[in-house]
Amino acid sequence: MKQLTALQQQGRRSNSFRGASSPLDAGVDDSIRSPTTIFWLVLHGLCCLISLVLGFRFSRIVFFLLFSTASSPSTTTISGATSPPERNISGVGGGSRVVVGRHGILIRPWPHPDPAEVMKAHKIIERVQLEQRSQYGVKGPRTLIAVTPTYVRTFQTLHLTGLMHSLMNVPYDVIWVVVEAGGHTNETASLISKSGLRTIHIGFDTKMPVLWEDRHKLESKMRLHALRVVREKRLDGIVMFADDSNMHALELFDEIQKVKWVGAVSVGILAHSGGSEEGELPVIQRDDSKKDDKDPQLPVQGPACNSSNHLVGWHTFDSLLFLEKSARYIGDRAVVLPRKLEWAGFVLNSRLVWEDADKPGWVKEFEEVGRDGEDVESPLSFLNDASVVEPLGSCGRKVMLWWLRVEARADSKFPARWIIDPPLEITVPAKRTPWPDAPPELPSSVEKVISIQETTDKRASKSGSRRKRSSRSKRKHTAKVIDEHVSTRHSADN
Amino acid sequence: MRNRRWVFAVLLFLALCLRIEAFKFHRTQRTERISGSAGDVLEDDPVGRLKVFVYELPSKYNKKILQKDPRCLTHMFAAEIYMHRFLLSSAVRTLNPEEADWFYTPVYTTCDLTPNGLPLPFKSPRMMRSAIQLISSNWPYWNRTEGADHFFIVPHDFGACFHYQEEKAIERGILPLLQRATLVQTFGQRNHVCLKDGSITIPPYAPPQKMQAHLIPPSTPRSIFVYFRGLFYDVGNDPEGGYYARGARASVWENFKDNPLFDISTEHPTTYYEDMQRAVFCLCPLGWAPWSPRLVEAVIFGCIPVIIADDIVLPFADAIPWEEIGVFVAEKDVPKLDTILTSIPIEEILRKQRLLANPSMKQAMLFPQPAQPGDAFHQILNGLARKLPHDASVYLKPGEKALNWTAGPVGDLKPW
Repeated sequence: MKQLTALQQQGRRSNSFRGASSPLDAGVDDSIRSPTTIFWLVLHGLCCLISLVLGFRFSRIVFFLLFSTASSPSTTTISGATSPPERNISGVGGGSRVVVGRHGILIRPWPHPDPAEVMKAHKIIERVQLEQRSQYGVKGPRTLIAVTPTYVRTFQTLHLTGLMHSLMNVPYDVIWVVVEAGGHTNETASLISKSGLRTIHIGFDTKMPVLWEDRHKLESKMRLHALRVVREKRLDGIVMFADDSNMHALELFDEIQKVKWVGAVSVGILAHSGGSEEGELPVIQRDDSKKDDKDPQLPVQGPACNSSNHLVGWHTFDSLLFLEKSARYIGDRAVVLPRKLEWAGFVLNSRLVWEDADKPGWVKEFEEVGRDGEDVESPLSFLNDASVVEPLGSCGRKVMLWWLRVEARADSKFPARWIIDPPLEITVPAKRTPWPDAPPELPSSVEKVISIQETTDKRASKSGSRRKRSSRSKRKHTAKVIDEHVSTRHSADN
Repeated sequence: MRNRRWVFAVLLFLALCLRIEAFKFHRTQRTERISGSAGDVLEDDPVGRLKVFVYELPSKYNKKILQKDPRCLTHMFAAEIYMHRFLLSSAVRTLNPEEADWFYTPVYTTCDLTPNGLPLPFKSPRMMRSAIQLISSNWPYWNRTEGADHFFIVPHDFGACFHYQEEKAIERGILPLLQRATLVQTFGQRNHVCLKDGSITIPPYAPPQKMQAHLIPPSTPRSIFVYFRGLFYDVGNDPEGGYYARGARASVWENFKDNPLFDISTEHPTTYYEDMQRAVFCLCPLGWAPWSPRLVEAVIFGCIPVIIADDIVLPFADAIPWEEIGVFVAEKDVPKLDTILTSIPIEEILRKQRLLANPSMKQAMLFPQPAQPGDAFHQILNGLARKLPHDASVYLKPGEKALNWTAGPVGDLKPW
């Protein structure tokens, strides 16, 4: 087999070479024709013919052996095993060499990537990119101080992980100030410690309320508290308000490095309703033709500029556009609306909140703001004169930040730290689900009753599917009576 | 006490001066100048250092050929045409041949193109011969030196050997009539028949506007480690490999085709120039001839060229320190290419990138229209100026003949 293919290779090469030189020429490096070379060429041709006839490769070396050992005719053992010296297919110094043409193709014995080399290359690339950034990117980057109010709830892990990964990818120094409503908990602490960033975890001893309105107010208070910490510790850098459910593009972090004192960016508002059945946002249909041509636009909050790129006003959020009532409590199915101007759209130089620092005249003293417990709606309350705000992101035309509030109901359960321990072994079917049809307990209603009902009869749920549920569940008594039959079953029966 | 104060004042003054120097260094664009003879030579101005006389040849040698096939203006051998145009309007041109140091013959030998756009060299020797016969009979300057103070631009594959196949080119050798002239060519390989001593190696033509149009912001991070686009096996002429590129390109493919660091393929992406700007290293292996336009592209786009061509002579080698800018890999070391590239110390890589960022380096590789100071036209003239003054042996005594007008293959002697 091998010999036949070798023969075929020889034949094919003679046709394939561009131009006229014959394969025999290829074997000869110089064009000098000495008698011995001619002799060998003739012998080679003869061997080719013999091989063609015999069907296996007939090597020229055979002649050497024939003539050298004239007494012992032991030729049959050498059929094609040896090869002429210049066609050495065995390994040369541990490497392999595919012999084709005149030069051959050098292939190393293990032609696959070496992980150590790949790591070294990645380090080189990282260093090159660092150099590029220091040359062409932002000069003299300042530390980013990200202020995040958070609290323990079902979607906290989802939101904080997203924010954490965005902050981990920022190429500058980051100090992450996390203010937690309901006090300092291990749940949040373990989550943010995975980031590897410098974090300041502050507990704020008020539980997060269920109504959105109250939640916004508490968040403002928490942010003020964080600014107080910035002031006390004299942290130097750029303060940005990174809410845990917002989405940040990485260009945002490069853009806010340009701020001198106070800057504003445009925030895309993803006001969305909790119910997934509706396709579009319920927006008031306008009658003028302008609106019909365009698709419903994403509402954007941020600075408004005139043609010479000076700040002239603000695009704020107009709640009147929304038909249905907005969500009142966390987890409500209606549309969750932001306030007029969100904190997230502003960035501050941290020196503005310091005690004695060179501050421009138009900023109020930090202690004066929010002193009497009044609601600080946006950082504009820090300023005497709102026109000093610098519009960023090509004067607000570039949206690099999206506001989104997606939350589960306040009473929804989730396993602590998202570790299921002990492992689930009980599956409990329900006749029909108690919620989300039933509204949750609002601050007005008081009683909570914990009850466990067990019946031995098996009941399928309304939609025919089984719901896995732990055997203990919190129930609320509301005006509506909820009927539920819960039966415990062995996991083996499933 | 007084003395001390004086000393202190002087020291302060010196410190200020030195710091100002340091500031100046910092403020520059973090590119490095190759100091010393090599680097400064790039910025020499040839005007005033030499005079060139351009022969007026009938238009059948230049304009008519170009009219027949305007593709000659955009392929990689277009340097001969643009050099002619540059010289016609340049300050080094003189209309008085008596005071000229160099004589230029505008004959476009590389403009006979196949339908694919590749030049056929079969008529070029006859064309060149016919041009030389014309200038030797109409002007006395050729016979005075038998061409030793004349220069010709022969940008084709193997220069004045006038063939695209290496064996045939070596067989033919340099055209006998050009034995004494200075050749300006893209081909350069040491110890090769087709590279004459004293030739000037130039880069192949790459369209400057096209490359400018594809520039991306320099802050785009370089995320590709090694980049290459081109053939590994010349399927039409050498499908098995082993002849094309002396097996080096096939070796690159076989060893690194599944290596994530090597972005190599035979595709023709539209983002070729943009991708080069996102790469740290760009491979410039030999093909049928050792030179390639990839070198020019790599220098323009700041990608460190990895030159895999044994004994190659790179363009303007006496003005550009290629060893400091690029990485040279022997063809037998290709299987170890990843080890070689990752073991280069990072400071060296950063230094090479700084050298490449030098605008005079990029300018020296281009043939812009209209010509700009420091570009390839000027580097050619600088090279010619460096060869002045002509040695006395250049001038032949009357009646002395150095060239053999009947040498060469019989086919060359036919009139064109």
